[in-house]
Amino acid sequence: MSVLRNPIAAGFAALVGVIVAAATFAIVPEEQQAVILRFENPVGVVNAWKPNERFGTTGAGIIARVPFVDKIVWVDKRVQSVDLDNTLVLSTDQLRLEVDAYARFRVIDPLKMVVTAGSVDNVVNQLRPLLGNAIRNELGKRTFATLLSPERNQLMDNIQDGLQRLASQYGVQVVDVRIKHADLPAGLPLESALKRMSTARQQEAITIRAQGQKQAQIVRAQADADSARIYAEAFTKDARFYDFYRAMQSYRTTFGADGGPEPKGSTSILLSPDNDYLREFRGTER
Amino acid sequence: MNMTILSRLFGRPSILATETPKGPWGGGDSSNGGSGGGEGGPRNPWAVPPGGRKGAPTPTALDEFLRRARGGGGSGNGGGGGFGGGMPSANARTLWLIGTGIILIVWILITSIHQIRPEQRGVVTYFGRYVGTLDPGISLTPPAPIASVRKIDVQQIRTENFPQGDGENLMLTGDQNIVDLAYSVRWDIASPRDFAFQLKDPQGTVRATAESAMRAVLATTTLNQAIGAGRQEMEQRVADATQRILNDYQAGIRIQGVAIKQAAAPASIVEDFNAVTAAQQEAVANLNKSESYAQQVIARAQGEAEQFNKVYEQYRLAPEVTRRRMYYETMEAVLARTDKTIVEPRGVVPYLTAPGARALPDAGTAVAPTPAAPASEAGR
Repeated sequence: MSVLRNPIAAGFAALVGVIVAAATFAIVPEEQQAVILRFENPVGVVNAWKPNERFGTTGAGIIARVPFVDKIVWVDKRVQSVDLDNTLVLSTDQLRLEVDAYARFRVIDPLKMVVTAGSVDNVVNQLRPLLGNAIRNELGKRTFATLLSPERNQLMDNIQDGLQRLASQYGVQVVDVRIKHADLPAGLPLESALKRMSTARQQEAITIRAQGQKQAQIVRAQADADSARIYAEAFTKDARFYDFYRAMQSYRTTFGADGGPEPKGSTSILLSPDNDYLREFRGTER
Repeated sequence: MNMTILSRLFGRPSILATETPKGPWGGGDSSNGGSGGGEGGPRNPWAVPPGGRKGAPTPTALDEFLRRARGGGGSGNGGGGGFGGGMPSANARTLWLIGTGIILIVWILITSIHQIRPEQRGVVTYFGRYVGTLDPGISLTPPAPIASVRKIDVQQIRTENFPQGDGENLMLTGDQNIVDLAYSVRWDIASPRDFAFQLKDPQGTVRATAESAMRAVLATTTLNQAIGAGRQEMEQRVADATQRILNDYQAGIRIQGVAIKQAAAPASIVEDFNAVTAAQQEAVANLNKSESYAQQVIARAQGEAEQFNKVYEQYRLAPEVTRRRMYYETMEAVLARTDKTIVEPRGVVPYLTAPGARALPDAGTAVAPTPAAPASEAGR
């Protein structure tokens, strides 16, 4: 009654109550694991990851602890990533490749993780060079050509296994390792590759042009041959008549009598009376 | 008491909304003014003209509430019948309870009724523990500290663009060539629960996974396929591979599709690629030209052969006559258009003026001017 009558006292009491409650109860969400430290000494884990667990049946929920004595360290339960950018990999044939890769991991033993690394950020910092080493080791055993398609399962499994061995000491499970990029380093390697592509294209252009010319020539030659055959088939029926017939045609063309364009230059003809055309002219024979 | 709280609760909003000068406390105040402190008492906030009150109704109500809570203001006679006994302390305590009750009820109402829009799903957790997913519509959950609802838009299709922003995205193909590739990945959420709890950075995961899948696919593709006919197949393979990886992570994400927006040669050597296209067109043009030449030549040969055949058929029937006829006709046509001189060759040396006679350029007629030159001399 007296407390209620004094709002300040009531407020103070409420405040103390809230503080104690906040120090006692903690909400563990589905995506976090809680490591409980009693005087900095780990005593347990709430909502630890277990394989194939279903959400709703995990350890998430409200928990009570000893206020001001137990400390909670939160460890993310979700899949996280370690990104590795621009790692230079040297192939066995001494060519360089710049590789971007990532590893997806999950903290499956938060207690171990807290003891060995302290926080997830530290784990990431520890894993990054390990991932770099694993990738360099595995990819460095290959030639450049095989580096380009390192998605062979065996290779990636080797990298993942290599990383997993090291990651296990942090209570971390490596879910997946993948290569995002594998590029030629900027500068000379890239330039020379571009140059190679460019010359290859130029060569292709020249080849295509030459092939086109060849085809065209073949078509023309075939046409010439066909027409020769057609002429020959017709004209061999009577070679002598052809000679006469063609000569007549030729005269007409030459002297401009075929209705075509006027021939250049005029023509004067000297005829001997012995000419066959003037045979009747002389009126002697027959 | 319960009734009072409820009547307060339902009464209050109506005052705020309609600006009626009279309220649940209005009756009590007017009776105050009449019987108790009267003029000396604080001004009744509810009696302020509507215009002046419009701006801040809540503080006014709060003032009133505090005044009453303090037991001052000459409200000793009791504010309304519902307030019961005349003791000031009892009155103040009641008011406290009422106030707390109102706040609690409003809090419960606000935090336990959830409207889920058609494109949303609500992921419900009780003290952090997942209990279920709310479908669209209105749903009830326990109030705030116990339950919390995270609304997730499952219908909106997100798009990830590669590369982000402008610029080249040079990638190595399987035949060690370099291609400038721009593509986008569209995705939405298949399982709001997995989406909420499985991945720390779902969007980043989609990006990384898609990049990795594209790289893997491109490493088995040649440059010509990538910039040519192989695009559609690549898109499908990347979408499948990305989906498979995300399913391994149980990401709750569905890949709707991958679209290759651009797959071209790097800008610095694009000229050489254009040269190839130009060469291809040139080759085709060449071929077309020779085809037309062929058509022409063959058609002409056929025409001439046919002509000869026709004439020959007739010639065969009457060879001698036809031959002479053709000869005379031709000579007629030829000689009719030329100057003619008939010379008796024996004993006569013909000197000719050949007006306009010109030496033909070829060697055979080079002899002609020689006799012509003395002829012109003789003419003078």
